[in-house]
Amino acid sequence: MTKEKKTLNLNFGPQHPAAHGVLRLILELDGEVVEHADPHIGLLHRGTEKLIENKTYLQALPYFDRLDYVAPMNQEHAFALAVEKILNIEVPIRAQFIRVMFCEIGRILSHILNITTQALDVGALTPSLWGFEERETLMTFYERVSGSRLHANYFRTGGVHQDLPRGLNEDIAKFCQNFPKVINDLETLLTDNRIFKQRNVDIGIVSKQDALDYSFSGVMLRGSGVPWDLRKSQPYECYEQLDFKIPIGKNGDCYDRYLCRIEEMKESVNIINQCLVKMPSGPIKSLDGKISPPPKKELKESMEALIHHFKLFTEGYRVKKDEIYVAVEAPKGEFGVYLISDGSSKPYKCKIRAPGFSHLQAMDYLIKGHMLADVPAVLGSMDVVFGEIDR
Amino acid sequence: MKNLSNLEKKINSELTTKIRNTKVKHKNIYISIENENLLEVIAFLKNNNETKFKQLIDITAVDYPEKENRFKLVYLLLSHEFNSRVLIDFFINENEIVTSLTSVFPSSNWMEREVFDMYGIKFKDHPDLRRILTDYGFVGHPLRKDFPLTGHNEVRYSEDEKKVIYEPVKLEQNYRNFDYKSPWEGTEYIRSQNKKKND
Repeated sequence: MTKEKKTLNLNFGPQHPAAHGVLRLILELDGEVVEHADPHIGLLHRGTEKLIENKTYLQALPYFDRLDYVAPMNQEHAFALAVEKILNIEVPIRAQFIRVMFCEIGRILSHILNITTQALDVGALTPSLWGFEERETLMTFYERVSGSRLHANYFRTGGVHQDLPRGLNEDIAKFCQNFPKVINDLETLLTDNRIFKQRNVDIGIVSKQDALDYSFSGVMLRGSGVPWDLRKSQPYECYEQLDFKIPIGKNGDCYDRYLCRIEEMKESVNIINQCLVKMPSGPIKSLDGKISPPPKKELKESMEALIHHFKLFTEGYRVKKDEIYVAVEAPKGEFGVYLISDGSSKPYKCKIRAPGFSHLQAMDYLIKGHMLADVPAVLGSMDVVFGEIDR
Repeated sequence: MKNLSNLEKKINSELTTKIRNTKVKHKNIYISIENENLLEVIAFLKNNNETKFKQLIDITAVDYPEKENRFKLVYLLLSHEFNSRVLIDFFINENEIVTSLTSVFPSSNWMEREVFDMYGIKFKDHPDLRRILTDYGFVGHPLRKDFPLTGHNEVRYSEDEKKVIYEPVKLEQNYRNFDYKSPWEGTEYIRSQNKKKND
């Protein structure tokens, strides 16, 4: 007589603290072992791509802050680069350094959140309290430069919106001095922690081949030992002039991905320091009046500036007919923008390639055969943010 | 750049008849093909030792309602080995079915589901072609150009029924699509009349 196998269906989310947002995960359980996982996404779908098709290029930019809202400027970067490439605009070197600096700040923002919430998911409360203090400092940098803690809308086609306010460079330098100590503190709490290791080592292993097949990118790919980082392999902006290392994992498990993120934060601090030293003075956006708005002062005196200002903020600038795909190394992986312009001032099509989308897709493959308690650990190490997955 | 044109030549010489045309632009290779050759072209690019496009980055579609073959499908591949990207595209009409890539790239599963959800394009041999981003029971395909920006239904919590209900969209003010193209030449309909006169 064979015993009939009975599985239990469990709804994980959409309101679950460990689901990192609005994920509805339908789990098929055999006892405590997960047989099958079916993620239901789209609960945060806002139709970003449709909205962008109906806005001018300038108006489309803020939508990118709202994708991966943990590291907003990295997203803006991809869109700005795509438009610049079509228009063939040279970005002033100071603007490039400012952008790279804020992208790395975004990377630290994202990694702190991920590491500490991953720790929270497996039972450690303290790291998140320590980490969020640092995030708050970083977000004040965002605020001082753009006026907003999260939705910065700071990178513009041809440069950045405004120059760094006085004293910001010194404060960022001070942060870079103190932050490595905070990373060390976090590491003393986690890296050798017995419970943290028990929950993460050998959990959610991804082999090299599978990481490629499942379109993984970023830490998910590097954690499995594939040396691939767009900042190095297809350098954009001024990354070529900067010296940094790419940490690679070995086993492809949750613990290796955690280690990669810790090392990446250290490298980011290193990059920010280099930016601060190498940043020249000069213009912070393209001087082409057809693309970037004139300074307020000129508006009162120059007729041409007034016309440019009027045209830019009503019609917007036109972008010639083209098709392009541009990707940047966002904290979570390859974030890409596939843009089709038709010669008007609105994009004809803008597809956003979010790294988290492919990562979450592999949930079923990653969690099959694991225990129910491993679900939050795997989910935490994947670094999912629903703003970008649902778009 | 030289590597790219070599790669382009290589692809051209191997796939000759299966390819309509290729070009190198923005440091990427753009390949146009026919719908029926999709699987062969992708499998070649993935498995050939001199191309090795091992990663599928994304699948998307573009809607051109005025064309007879209305949808353009775009496949983005990445080769780590040769550090290059390729964009493959082809046009299909509304009723055509595209072969699913799930047998070659497991990650194409959700990407195809998204294209199906957003554009209503169907995929053959797809194991699980459900909607993915839109609501349960959603009607229509939002990224088609003829789908209104404001959508058809809105939801709210009804105090009377004690549950969330669906209603047709009612806006206090309709979405206003300003025509900024050229204020002194007049709006779109005046310009088209003028154009007719001139013709």
